[in-house]
Amino acid sequence: MSGTVPNSPAGAPPRGPRETIFEIGSPESTCVTAPDLDVPDVDLAQVMGGAVRTAPPRLPHVTELEIMRHYAHLAEMNFGVDSGFYPLGSCTMKYNPRVNEDTCRLEGFTGLHPYQPAQTVQGALELMYGLAQALGEISGLPGVTLQPAAGAHGELTALMIFRAAHESAGDPRRKVVIPDTAHGTNPATVTMCGYETVTIPSDGNGLVDMDALRSVLDTDVAAFMLTNPNTLGLFDPNILRITDAVHEVGALAYCDGANLNAIMGISRPGDMGFDAMHINLHKTFSTPHGGGGPGAGPVCVTEALSRYLPGPVAVSFDDGTFGLDWPDASIGRVRSFHGNFGVLVRAYTYLRAIGASGVREAAEQAVLSANYLKARLNGVFDVPYDRGCMHEFVLSGARLKRETGVRTLDVAKRLLDHGFHPPTVYFPLLVEEALMIEPTETEPLSALDSFADALIAIVDEARSNPDLVRGAPYTTPVRRLDEARAARTPDLRWRPSSA
Amino acid sequence: MLARVGVEAVDELFADVPEQVRFMGALGLPGPMSEVDLVRHLRDLSAANVPATQLVSFAGAGIYDHHVPSVVDHILRRPEFFTAYTPYQPEVSQGTLQAIYEYQTMICELTGMDASNASMYDGATAFVEAALMACRVLRRSSVVVAGTAHPEWLETLETYAASGLVEVRVEESHDGVCDPERMRALCDETTAALLVSSPNFFGNLEDLAGLGAVAREAGALFVVAANPIMLGVMAPPADFGADIVVGEGQPLGGSMSFGGPGLGFFACREAHIRQMPGRLVGRTVDADGNDAFVLTLSTREQHIRREKATSNICSNHALNALAAGAYLAAVGAEGMIGIARACVAKAHYLRDALLATGRFKAPWNHPFAHEFALVYEGDASQMHDEMLSRGYLAGVLLEAPDGRDLVLFAVTEKRTRSEIDAFVEEVASL
Repeated sequence: MSGTVPNSPAGAPPRGPRETIFEIGSPESTCVTAPDLDVPDVDLAQVMGGAVRTAPPRLPHVTELEIMRHYAHLAEMNFGVDSGFYPLGSCTMKYNPRVNEDTCRLEGFTGLHPYQPAQTVQGALELMYGLAQALGEISGLPGVTLQPAAGAHGELTALMIFRAAHESAGDPRRKVVIPDTAHGTNPATVTMCGYETVTIPSDGNGLVDMDALRSVLDTDVAAFMLTNPNTLGLFDPNILRITDAVHEVGALAYCDGANLNAIMGISRPGDMGFDAMHINLHKTFSTPHGGGGPGAGPVCVTEALSRYLPGPVAVSFDDGTFGLDWPDASIGRVRSFHGNFGVLVRAYTYLRAIGASGVREAAEQAVLSANYLKARLNGVFDVPYDRGCMHEFVLSGARLKRETGVRTLDVAKRLLDHGFHPPTVYFPLLVEEALMIEPTETEPLSALDSFADALIAIVDEARSNPDLVRGAPYTTPVRRLDEARAARTPDLRWRPSSA
Repeated sequence: MLARVGVEAVDELFADVPEQVRFMGALGLPGPMSEVDLVRHLRDLSAANVPATQLVSFAGAGIYDHHVPSVVDHILRRPEFFTAYTPYQPEVSQGTLQAIYEYQTMICELTGMDASNASMYDGATAFVEAALMACRVLRRSSVVVAGTAHPEWLETLETYAASGLVEVRVEESHDGVCDPERMRALCDETTAALLVSSPNFFGNLEDLAGLGAVAREAGALFVVAANPIMLGVMAPPADFGADIVVGEGQPLGGSMSFGGPGLGFFACREAHIRQMPGRLVGRTVDADGNDAFVLTLSTREQHIRREKATSNICSNHALNALAAGAYLAAVGAEGMIGIARACVAKAHYLRDALLATGRFKAPWNHPFAHEFALVYEGDASQMHDEMLSRGYLAGVLLEAPDGRDLVLFAVTEKRTRSEIDAFVEEVASL
């Protein structure tokens, strides 16, 4: 491969695999020790009723320097938004402003115990109240809970609210309808809420097929879940007809808010006729994804549904103070305490930084960037649903695969050698060899152009030297992994014998 | 950019958004702020709080004020970790993946279990997922739960149970610990699991041997919720036949942060890993034969299985798991045992001293670890307020099963003998 392998982004050879933390250090090494015991010692076996440990847990023996070097090495094997362009569709990998990381670490926030008296947490409650108000305003759905820990958790919370509303109306229902473009969490959530999933196909334009929807809507349908704009990046122009049809049979309309970044400040789900939505603070409101979490998935609902919200919710009193309250028909708790508060502080910081005008500008720029990138790549790849896209778009690698044998997966892996994180691939399911690209508003034009140039170069490589692309990546810390082996013989923990 | 797209104005890009749903007004939000003003505003909000960390705090009840070693936050601040997405592209995610694999190993070491997942949202949701997993494993429909578990975990379980996926039977009558015989009486052929917490919400240690035997007789799984710091000195739940061990991992390097984000840890036996919820990281090899890590057994998960997935969860609390791994590496076994021992010794010291004042009575005398409940002989709420004005967070106020006011005290290694002595002296003088 010499001469054809692009350099790694930093220009330096990447750090390769490293031994686990259990294999470094030495038995006598320590980092942080317990404080000296300044009270009389206790006989643990006596005070704890004999349930004491006989053998210590086998934890690492390392010095502080060894820990820092270990994690520095691990960090260098990771790719984050700070490393480079991260156009992961439906994930909104926008820049994570550093001021958020500072404000969330103020001791007045990190040092709060969840059961402190209300008069000692007024600032925290004011922040939560203000964030909830802002999310209610942006969504057009004024009832807000900040409790859910993630988008999927928010979906579940919303369906629980729908269930409670239907049941309290004496009209329990059994089915939830989703389109075939839905995120996998939607049907999984439906099952977890004890409902049955009914999937309908999209129409020829990648939008909700009104006939298909009407054919499954009946009085046993509890809800219709829709991502709008959907996972093809398309805003459904029939949205009002859709929510009307859902409401006509007494069902409720749920908006998966994964794609809110495209429309915030431009169109509000509440005005589209949705009864509830979740918002991913870790997508739209710039809080970091953290390598998988923690995020936060607040849920916004109509005035009518707000009595079912999980508790507690932050409220303001006439005297200017803040407190926690329970809605009168609350579904109960969906987790412990008050939500992922540290994430809420970051999102609040972001919203105050960009303000009302910044909300709309972010959406406009996100949509413009996506359309620009789509224009640059149209023809290089096929655009199966070619109409004006919102903040993301989906390409198909089917033609490339047919002509060269190079699959979308290979293209994605080759992008790593060019210094880019790949887009979401093989989703949505209705597009063959899909590449789902979401640039976000925070990327400069130069990043969009470099990415388009890289994809064009990879298509050329696929035609001239398909094996090169099929063998990628070459410059990453590790090469392609044997995933089948991982699943066949699971090795889920380190053991001394496996060293 | 507009020219390349072929439009004259950005507004044209929103042509699919019907006029009727265009938002034409101004959002009722404040305007943008400069960083100077922004930081001042957030500092003001922060300063409107009195954090427990600036008080002499004895508050626990699920969230604990342990020392967080400096290394932990320095690791969390590496942007390669915190600005990354879920590690779907393992070639450029080895850092996150290996850190989680190491975390999974440490959770197995603490709990004695065979496998840990990559973490869940918090202790409450891990508790619920354990109940749902037990129902899947045994194809049964109900669980029997100790009423001494954290009340917010019980409430969360009840909320999820309203979906009809699991019937929850809570053994409510207790005197600080749950009675295995009463738990047995609630079991029948539909019972998929016995769920207990030890230390329980009141700090007391449950009879895990007795409860484990009840679970086995019922043919049910035994689910134990544990405190991860106390696992430094307590026998791992696996020793008592636990099939699933869960808990709140915040004490492992997490700040209290008003109760979130936390860390739900979740571990089980090898036989059940394919029914486990959540992410799992496994070790394999790459194309060059090098050891490497990857998300595995994902055919359990929503993006593949959709409505047949083991859970709808599609994330974990990776950054909190990273913190927990770094914490456990920093303290090591020796530090952990020392920390746990200090917490237990100081808690027993405080309890003895409070009882000696005559102002508190013991509602029960069970073995406990680093947290205990006492009855205050007087107006507990007034006492709590008064001590707050003197710079103390005098535990968490609760209602006892018999209706009496209880005060729940937790003591961590951060409290010094002189702080404890001064607190006892002041509370005795009220």
